Amino acid sequence: MSRIKTPRKLSNPPIIRGFNPYGPLVDLTKTESVILHYEEFEAFKLCDYDHLTHHQASILMHISRPTFTRIYASARSKIAISFAEGRQIEVEGGKIYFESDWYHCNQCQSHFNNPDRMLQLTNCPLCGSEQIENAKQEDKSITDREEISMHLVCAHCGYDVNMQVINRYSKTHCPHCKRLMRGNSVLKNQI
Amino acid sequence: MKTAITSLKACMDSEVDLQFGHCGCFVIYDSTNGSIEFLPNPYRENKEQAGLLAIQLLHGKNVQKIISGDFGQKVKPILDSHKIQMIILSNTNITIRKIIELLQEQSVKTT
Repeated sequence: MSRIKTPRKLSNPPIIRGFNPYGPLVDLTKTESVILHYEEFEAFKLCDYDHLTHHQASILMHISRPTFTRIYASARSKIAISFAEGRQIEVEGGKIYFESDWYHCNQCQSHFNNPDRMLQLTNCPLCGSEQIENAKQEDKSITDREEISMHLVCAHCGYDVNMQVINRYSKTHCPHCKRLMRGNSVLKNQI
Repeated sequence: MKTAITSLKACMDSEVDLQFGHCGCFVIYDSTNGSIEFLPNPYRENKEQAGLLAIQLLHGKNVQKIISGDFGQKVKPILDSHKIQMIILSNTNITIRKIIELLQEQSVKTT
């Protein structure tokens, strides 16, 4: 009997359910769609959209580096099949779980999570106080190793800024629309 | 927005139940019309999967926040995937009436 798979951690569920090819030679009724698992979608996103290394991405997904590499290879293979053969991609399935950020309110002493990572919490959901702080402990094994200059852009309003961050997982929210900012990072002083 | 609070008994002066799946009763407060519903927990005596069944019950009622004393390890990822906010109270002596007053004050501020 094979060993039970470790569940893979996902930051947020994908915003799409799949992709459709189009063109004169594509016949969707005759071809089967490719099933891309949630963990494969997340691995592809972390590597090729967030530009993380396999080691850093595997830590985020709470799996080993070789396992991450296998998932990533499977994702690329499925996407290549879909492109080459003109097949639909359906994003579903996989052994996964979601985990959100936790906060602590200094006024009512309650703990609460942020179910939507794309929006920033400013008030306690119970007492409405603004004295809240992030209760999550940063992963020292990653933070101690690098110092990064990042060019961050808000996808919503277009605001962009260059700034130094402690690590590439630091979350920066746009001061205008309060949404999570994304950007390309330039590694500096990596030890 | 609907908020569920785990309660020991089905009354306003009851204290918050420390458990989520095996709590005595769910109090569902709707901030849009101010209604309060007392829902006895049918899975209270279950030996297994009480939390998972309770989530299905509350998710079916479109609850978006749950206030309790604690949540189990099996329950947290499922609540995250349903995008239901968890609020863990450190002061569990607080009554249901007090919590609903806090939520009412907040809904007045936001509107």
